[in-house]
Amino acid sequence: MSESSVAVELQGIWKRFPGVIANSNINLKVASGTVHAIVGENGAGKSTLMKILYGMQKADEGTISINGSALVFNSPSDAIGAGIGMVHQHFMLADNFTVLENIILGSEPKSGGKLDFVKARKLISDIAAENGLAVNPDVLVSELGVGDRQRIEILKVLYRGAHILILDEPTAVLVPHEVEELFSTLRDLKKQGFTVIFISHKLDEVLSIADEITVIRQGTTVGTVNPHVEKVSARDLAEMMVGNELPTPASVGNTIQDQVVLTVENLSVIATGGKAIVDGVSFKIRAGEILGIAGVEGNGQAEILNALMGIESATGKVMFQDEDISKKSTRHRRDLGIGFIPEDRQRQALLLEAPLWENRMLGHQTKAPNAKGFWLNPRGAKADTKRIVAEYDVRTPSIDVNASALSGGNQQKLIVGREMSNDPKLLIAAHPTRGVDVGAQAAIWDHIRNARQAGLAVLLISADLDELIGLSDSIKVLLRGKFVADADPATVTPQELGTAMTGAGRAA
Amino acid sequence: MNLRRLATSLIAPAIGLGVSLAATAIILISIGASVTVIFSSMWNYGTSPRAMTLMLNLATVYFLSALAVSIGFKMNLFNIGVNGQYILGSLAAAVVASNLQLPKAASITVTILTAMLVGAAWAGIAAWLKVARGVSEVISTIMLNFIAIGIISYLIVRTSIGTETGVNIRGTKLIPESGMLRGNAFIDPETKVYGFLFISIFVGVGYWFLLNRTRFGFDLRATGKSASAARTSGVQSTRMIVTTMLLSGAVAGLVGLPYLLGQTGSYNLQFPTEWGFIGIAIALLGRNNPLGIAFGAIFVAFLDVSSGQLVLEGVPREISTIMQGLIVIVVVISYEVVRRNQVKSEQRSVARALAKQEVSA
Amino acid sequence: MTYLKSRRFIGSAFTAITMLSITRTITGNGDLTSTVTIAQALVFASPIALAGLAGIWAERAGVINIGLEGMMILGTFGAGWAGWQWGAWAGVLAGIIFGAIGGFLLAVAAVTFGVDQIIAGTAINLLALGTTKFLAILLFTNAPGGGQAQSPPIKGEIPVFTLDSIAVPLTALHEKEIFFISDLAGLVAGLFYNMSLLTIITLLLFVMTSYLLWKTAFGLRLRSAGENPWAADSLGVKVVQYKYAAVVFSGMLAGLGGAYLSIASTIYRNGNTAGRGYIGLATMIFGDWRPGGTAAGAVMFGYIDTLRLIDTGNQNVKGLILLGSIILFAIGAWMLRSSRRNTAIGFLLLGSVMVGAYFSATSFPPEVAQVAPYITTLLVLATASQNLRPPAADGVPYRKGEDH
Repeated sequence: MSESSVAVELQGIWKRFPGVIANSNINLKVASGTVHAIVGENGAGKSTLMKILYGMQKADEGTISINGSALVFNSPSDAIGAGIGMVHQHFMLADNFTVLENIILGSEPKSGGKLDFVKARKLISDIAAENGLAVNPDVLVSELGVGDRQRIEILKVLYRGAHILILDEPTAVLVPHEVEELFSTLRDLKKQGFTVIFISHKLDEVLSIADEITVIRQGTTVGTVNPHVEKVSARDLAEMMVGNELPTPASVGNTIQDQVVLTVENLSVIATGGKAIVDGVSFKIRAGEILGIAGVEGNGQAEILNALMGIESATGKVMFQDEDISKKSTRHRRDLGIGFIPEDRQRQALLLEAPLWENRMLGHQTKAPNAKGFWLNPRGAKADTKRIVAEYDVRTPSIDVNASALSGGNQQKLIVGREMSNDPKLLIAAHPTRGVDVGAQAAIWDHIRNARQAGLAVLLISADLDELIGLSDSIKVLLRGKFVADADPATVTPQELGTAMTGAGRAA
Repeated sequence: MNLRRLATSLIAPAIGLGVSLAATAIILISIGASVTVIFSSMWNYGTSPRAMTLMLNLATVYFLSALAVSIGFKMNLFNIGVNGQYILGSLAAAVVASNLQLPKAASITVTILTAMLVGAAWAGIAAWLKVARGVSEVISTIMLNFIAIGIISYLIVRTSIGTETGVNIRGTKLIPESGMLRGNAFIDPETKVYGFLFISIFVGVGYWFLLNRTRFGFDLRATGKSASAARTSGVQSTRMIVTTMLLSGAVAGLVGLPYLLGQTGSYNLQFPTEWGFIGIAIALLGRNNPLGIAFGAIFVAFLDVSSGQLVLEGVPREISTIMQGLIVIVVVISYEVVRRNQVKSEQRSVARALAKQEVSA
Repeated sequence: MTYLKSRRFIGSAFTAITMLSITRTITGNGDLTSTVTIAQALVFASPIALAGLAGIWAERAGVINIGLEGMMILGTFGAGWAGWQWGAWAGVLAGIIFGAIGGFLLAVAAVTFGVDQIIAGTAINLLALGTTKFLAILLFTNAPGGGQAQSPPIKGEIPVFTLDSIAVPLTALHEKEIFFISDLAGLVAGLFYNMSLLTIITLLLFVMTSYLLWKTAFGLRLRSAGENPWAADSLGVKVVQYKYAAVVFSGMLAGLGGAYLSIASTIYRNGNTAGRGYIGLATMIFGDWRPGGTAAGAVMFGYIDTLRLIDTGNQNVKGLILLGSIILFAIGAWMLRSSRRNTAIGFLLLGSVMVGAYFSATSFPPEVAQVAPYITTLLVLATASQNLRPPAADGVPYRKGEDH
C-alpha cells in the first residue's frame, strides 16, 4: 500500500460509562482508499468507538480528524456532513417503505414541492450501477432478504455522498455467498476511492478483505498490522485479541456418569425467509458432564438454547432423560428440572421493574419455595432470595429494590443463583459470568462445578474461551448453525479454539 | 425503602389533585364564581350523610368497573369494552332474576353468576379475535360496545323481554324483592347503602389475592412487565390473554348490579351505559392497585355527588367531570415522569449504599 | 401505475353498482339507489370520513389517536358556540381550532412525555366531554334558543349546491328502474343534489392527504416517524416535530368533523358525536390506514345509517340484508379461488343464512342496520387483519436517543 493521505485519525479517545471504561486511549489511523478492519472480542469496545466516530456518542477525551482537519461531532448529522456513513449491524430500515423511499428519506430530490421520483430513481440506479449494487427501487423492504437490505443500507450511505463508510459487523447476518458479494462490492468501492472501516470478529473474513487491521482489546488499541506486508495468520490475530490476563478455571477431574440427561437429535431452527439458523445438530449430555459450545456470536447458539427451552419452534428430537420433550411447553420443561440462563438477561431473564424477590420467582413460580400449590409463597421466596444474595454475593442494599437498580454483573449473579436453585438436573447456560467481576466469576464457577459433582448436566455457551475450556468436559465448535469441529478442553488453547470458531483452521 | 416507594407512588396523584384543583379554581374565578364558596359548598354537601351514602353507592359501581379494566391493564390489555360487557350482563341478570322464585341468597348467587358469565362471554369475543385473528382488543371492544347497545335496544323495544315499567320507559320485568339487594340505611336514615358494597369489597380482596398471592397472578403480572421474560419463564401468552380477558369481562359483568339490585330492580332504557369509561380513569388513578382504586372510586364519586349542589351556586355540576379529566391527564403524565426518575434515583441509591458497604467492609 | 389504479377503481365501482342494482331489482325498493339516499349518505359519511382521515394523519406518524372522539366533541362545541354568534364559517374555524387544542394535548402527553397513547387518548375524551358539557350549561342556558345541553341555532349557513340541470333528468332516469342505468343515474344525481360545500372540502382534504403524505418529502418524513422513527432520526429527520405536526393536524381534522355535525344539525347538542370518533378510527383500520379505503368505509357507514333513518316502508333494512348477502357471496366466491377455503366457506354460509332470513321475514327491525356497520368492521378485521399494513411503529413511544 502506498503512502496515501489519512482519511480518519483518532487520537487518545477515552469513553467512560458508570462503572465501565469502554474506550481507553484509542489511537487509530485509517488511510483513505483502503479497507481498514477493526477486530476485537465482544465487549472490547469496538461499537462504542464507532458510535463516537459517527457522532452518536461523545468521547470524554481525544480528537477526531477527518482528512486532516480536527472535527467535533455532536450528532450523526455532523458525521454525515463530514462524509461519514454508517451501516448499522441492526438495519435501520422502514419495512413498509419501498427501497427508494428508504434511500432518499431525509434528503429527497424535489421538483416544486413534489417528490421527484423520476430523478430519485435515476440517482439511485446511477449509484447502484457505479458500484455494482443491483436493487429494484420499487419493491417494499419487507419483501427483501438480509443481503438486499444490506445493499440498501450501503446505497443510503453512498446516496448521501459519504466517502468514508463504517460497516458494523456486516457479515454477522449473511450467508457465505452473500459475504462474497459484499466483499466484491467493498473492493469496487475501494477502487473508486472510498474508505471503508470494517468492524468484525470473524478473522478469516477480515484477512481476506482488509488492507490494514487494528486490534482492540479491553477498550484499547493493541496494535495494527498490514496483512499485505507482514505475514499474519488468523491465529496471530486471535492471540492479539484474546490476550491472557483472565483467570482460568482449572478443570477438576472427571465426574461424568452413565445416565444420559439430554439427547438432541437433528435439531434445526429455520428463520423466516427459510435460512437454517440451526442446521441439524445432534449431541448428548450425561449427568455430571459439561458440554461447551464454542462459536462466534450469531452462529445459532441463542437459537439452540431457545429451541431446547421450547421458546422457539424447531424440528428434530429433544429427549430429557427418557422423556421426549420436543413438543412440550416451556413450563413443562422447566418443571422437569431444567435451569436456564439466557443470553439476553434484561429481556429474557428479568422483570426489571419488579423487586429482587419477585425475580427470584420468575421461571420457578410453580415450585417451592416460591409456591405452595396454587398459592404463591412470598415469604419463602424472600428467604430464598436472601440466601442467593449471600451465597452469590449479589451486591444490593435490600431484596426489595427493583432489578433495574442493580448493575449488570449483580443482575447476572442473581440469575445464576436462581437457576442453580431447586437442584436442577440440567442447566442450559449462556455466558454465565458475563459482566461479572473477577472474584464473583470464580465463585460462580465453583457453584457450577460443585453441582456437576453432584450430577448436574450442563450445556454451556460462552464467549469467554478460557471459561469454556476451563469448565467443559468436551467442546463442540458451532459455525453457521452446524457443528464443524470437536475440541478437547484438556489440550486446546483459546487461540486454537478462536481460530476454529472462525472457520480458519482445525482445532487440536 | 418501602416507605419511600409508597411516598413516590403518592406523588403523582398529589400533583394531579393539586393541578386540577388549581385549574378548577382558575375556571371558577374566570366565570366569576367564588372559589371558597364553591369548594366549601361541595365539601359541606359532600360530607352530609345522604351525600356520603350516594357517594358510597356510586363508588361501588366505579370500583367494580375500574377493577375490570385494571385486570387487563396489568398485562397491557386494554378492555375498552367494559360498557358493553356490563350492560349485557346487567340485562341478562335482570331477566334471570325477575324470573326467579328462590331464597334471597340463592337468587342473588344465580343473578351474579349470570352477569359474570355474560360479561365474560362478551369479552371472550374480543379475546378470540385477538388470539385467533390478530385483531387489536382496543378496536374490537369498542365495536362490541356499539353492538351491545343495539342488541339491548332491540331486546327491550321489540321483544317480550321489555315491558312498560314506567311512563314511557320500557325495561325488563321488575325483580321480586326476594331477589333484590337493597342494603341498609346505616349512614343516612332516608337512603340505603347498596348491599352490593360488601360484595364488591369481597371482589376487591379477591382481586388482590389473585394477583399477588397466586401463581396465575404472578404469570399475569410478569406478562405485563415483560412479555419476553414471561415467555421464557414458561407463561403461554395466548392462554394468558384469553383467561385475562374472560376474567376482566366477568368482573365487568358485575358493574351494573349494585344499581340494578339496589335501586331499579329492572334494566330499562335509561340504565347508564358509560360507567366503563370512568372505570378506565379510576384504574389509572389507582395504579391498578385495589386499594388505590378504592380511594380513586370514592374520590371521583365524591366529586360527582358533591357537585350536585353546585347548581344552587350557579355553577354547572360538570365542573366535576372537568376535574376528573384534568386529574387523569395530569396523573398519567406525572406517573410517567415519576417512574423515570424513580428508576434513576433507585440506581443512584443502590450505588451509594454499596459504596458505603465497601468502605465499612 | 396510475392506469392500473384507475382501472381497479372503475372495476370496483362497476361491481358495487351491479350489486346495488341486483338488490334494487330483486327488492323493488328504489330508495336503495335514489338521489336523496345518496345525497344524505354523503352528509352522514363526511364527519366519519374526517375522523378517519384524522386517524390516518396521527397514526401514520406513529401516534394512536383514541382521542378522536374527544377532539370531535370539541369541534361540535366550537362550531355551535362560534357559529351561533358569528356565523357558520366562524363555527367551522372554531371547530378546527378547538380540535387542534385537543390534538396538541395528546401530542404533549404522548410525544413529549411518552405516556401510553391509548391512555392519553382516553383521558382527552373524558376531559373534552366534561369541558363541553360544562361550557354548554354556562354559555347556552340563558341564550335565546339555547338550553343546558344545546346551543342556540348557528347563524347563516354553508352553501349547498344543487345542479338541477344534472340532478333532475338523472333522477327521472332513476325512476325508470332500468337495470344498472337507473342506479348509476341515482348515484350520480346524488352528487349534484344538496351537495354541501363542507362535503366538497372533505373530499378535497382526502385528495390533499393522498398527495401530501404519499407524494411529497414532507409526507415521506411524516410517515417515516410512524414506520421507524429511529431510522428516520439517524437520517436527520426531526421526528418529534413531525409527530407534533401530524397529531395537531389530526385534531384539526377531527374538529372539522365535529363542526360538520353541528352545522348539519344547525346546533351544538351534547352527545351529537355519538361515538363517531371511534367509528372514524374503525373506518381507518377498515381502509388499511389509507385515504381511499377509509373514505369507502365512511360511505358504507353513512349509507347504512341513511337507509335506516329514512326507512318509511320498513323495507330498507331488508334490502340491506340482501345486499349484504350478495356481497358475502361475491367475496366468498372470490376467496374460493384463492387458497383461503375456510374463510370462503364461512362467508358463503353467512350469506346463505342472510338470504334465508331475507326470504322468510317480511321486515327487519332497524337495530339490525344499527349494528350492521360494527359487525362489518369486526368481520373485515377478523378476515383481513393479517393483510392489513398498519404503520410499523404505530403506538410505540419514541424518545430521541433511546433504543427501542
